[in-house]
Amino acid sequence: FLVQTHSLQDLQQPAVSSKVFVQRDYSSGTICRFQTKFPSELESRLDKQQFEETIQTLNNLYAEAEKLGGKSYLEGCLACLTAYTIFLCMETHYEKVLKKIARYIKDQNEKIYAPRGLLLTDPIERGLRVVEVTIFEDRSIGSGR
Amino acid sequence: MHLGVSESMRECEYSQISTRSSTPMETPYKKKTPKKRKWEAFPGRNKFYCDGRIMMAKQTGVFYLTLVLILVTCGLFFTFDCPYLAQHLTPIIPVIGGVLFLFVLGTLLRTSFSDPGVLPRATSDEAADLERQIDVANGSTGYRPPPRTKEVVINGQTVKLKYCFTCKIFRPPRASHCSLCDNCVERFDHHCPWVGNCVGRRNYRFFYMFILSLSFLTIFIFAFVITHIILRSHRNGFLSALKDSPASVLEVVVCFFSVWSIVGLSGFHTYLISSNQTTNEDIKGSWSSKRGKDNYNPYSHGNIFTNCCAALCGPLPPSLIDRRGFVQSDTPQLAPPTNGITMYGATQSQQSHMCDQDQCIQSTKFVLQAAATPLLQQQSSEPVILTASPENGVPLPGRTSLTLGGPCTSLPLGQPTPPTSTPSLSCHEATDMLPIHGHAHNHSHPLQEPVAHHHFLTPEEVPSPPGMLHCGSPLGHSHTVQAGFYNPASQDSLHEDSVRGLVKLSSV
Repeated sequence: FLVQTHSLQDLQQPAVSSKVFVQRDYSSGTICRFQTKFPSELESRLDKQQFEETIQTLNNLYAEAEKLGGKSYLEGCLACLTAYTIFLCMETHYEKVLKKIARYIKDQNEKIYAPRGLLLTDPIERGLRVVEVTIFEDRSIGSGR
Repeated sequence: MHLGVSESMRECEYSQISTRSSTPMETPYKKKTPKKRKWEAFPGRNKFYCDGRIMMAKQTGVFYLTLVLILVTCGLFFTFDCPYLAQHLTPIIPVIGGVLFLFVLGTLLRTSFSDPGVLPRATSDEAADLERQIDVANGSTGYRPPPRTKEVVINGQTVKLKYCFTCKIFRPPRASHCSLCDNCVERFDHHCPWVGNCVGRRNYRFFYMFILSLSFLTIFIFAFVITHIILRSHRNGFLSALKDSPASVLEVVVCFFSVWSIVGLSGFHTYLISSNQTTNEDIKGSWSSKRGKDNYNPYSHGNIFTNCCAALCGPLPPSLIDRRGFVQSDTPQLAPPTNGITMYGATQSQQSHMCDQDQCIQSTKFVLQAAATPLLQQQSSEPVILTASPENGVPLPGRTSLTLGGPCTSLPLGQPTPPTSTPSLSCHEATDMLPIHGHAHNHSHPLQEPVAHHHFLTPEEVPSPPGMLHCGSPLGHSHTVQAGFYNPASQDSLHEDSVRGLVKLSSV
């Protein structure tokens, strides 16, 4: 039995060392934008450029979701005419982009963040307030925090 | 993650035990605990129906009145006036009436039942992080208390972002905390009792469509009921026309009074939409040119047409609160309603390296909180306690710090804070906190508020080590006496904390 518990310990996921929160940037108004400032806690784990690229892409995707243009007006008018029942069968443009964002974050996590012991949380799970970056203990180096 | 691991390890041990004993029933029972949906654990004062699909404010009485008025008036119209009008004028009238009625009902229900744009409260980790940032910002610069506001420049205008003590977030621009629903709502317009919900970013267009279509419906019914009566009186005379169709009189009365208010409201909101303002902003005059020559609305798109399109036909953002999602049992959930004390406990657990000085600070904070809260809780019922205790010779927390004189003034209790005046904590009784907080933040939970505020006061106290240590022992002395006074009061976790704090203090 003791052997079993030891092997379980080896398989366990690393403990959470800390969390960094990237706050919203309201300088362009109420649209969803996150600050691109590189948090100091991530300096040891990640390239500044990589991080900024991720955040910038996220910002662009959110801008696309909230964009006012011909397509969104058409959708809005059509919805109004059908007394918004059309959304029972169709997804709104915003929801479609949110799905795209979720895929992008998953992709980024798999390729860039997980290998470095980091995890990005989709902002929608935090009410679009923050981008939560979870920093896991780096066991390979031996010295955690 | 950590919890998940220990759970799995526990499960492993548990299964070992179950193979030894002969009760396999227990294991499946443990796994079958039903998962809660997020709306069931929602911290705001909202009501949910249809398993979280429908969301309304707590007070819905006036909404039912609105519904009854509309249904009864339209019902009478279709039953008594429409047959005559369809016969003598044209059958299109009931059709148009029907379409308008359905549109009104649809938009009303949509406004009332949808999420207005509630901002979910911060998780404990986020709140702790914000607190740390605020502490860092104030820490070494002396005892200046944090303003709890952030300034941001939007399109050339300086906008102040306020910190919401209930939701523990910095409110985005144009968001406001609704005291009736106890939620922060994005682009908060107003709380409408007629609709039984807040009007915010996500349901403003439905609200506007509702009042616009209701104006048309009211005018429509008014006009055609009058026409009906006139046509009848041509044939039979005015009085007999009224006798033949008594319902029409009721309809005319209802419509007459509604027209003024509804049409007026529609006009007002048309103006608001065209200038891209919220009711909140208009009432406060935030973007009025009277405030300053350079004052303008930074959110306006420039022209009326774009503003209208953006408000009515822009993309509809999704609900941020995910009412029908399942509560994740492994992530630590803050028990609603959150007060400063429980959150503080979480913060404390995260600080793994606590030196003696920190422990001393934490302990003092616990003691101050504990000392202040019973006073506040008892304030409504037994105000006598405040006056009685000095007579007993047991000093109040405020008096205590005064008696300590020099060393304790190094604690930044003498610094004024805009909403939460720290002097009131140290010098006067904590009773002063109640009205101040109730007024400043417009929350209807006076008991909770001071506790929460009190909690946020304490991080502001960053005393210098010598001053703190000086305060330590005398405080400990007087407060141990007080602990004896308060212990029989209740079995609060607050009191447990205070006792713990006292134990730590005495060890310093």
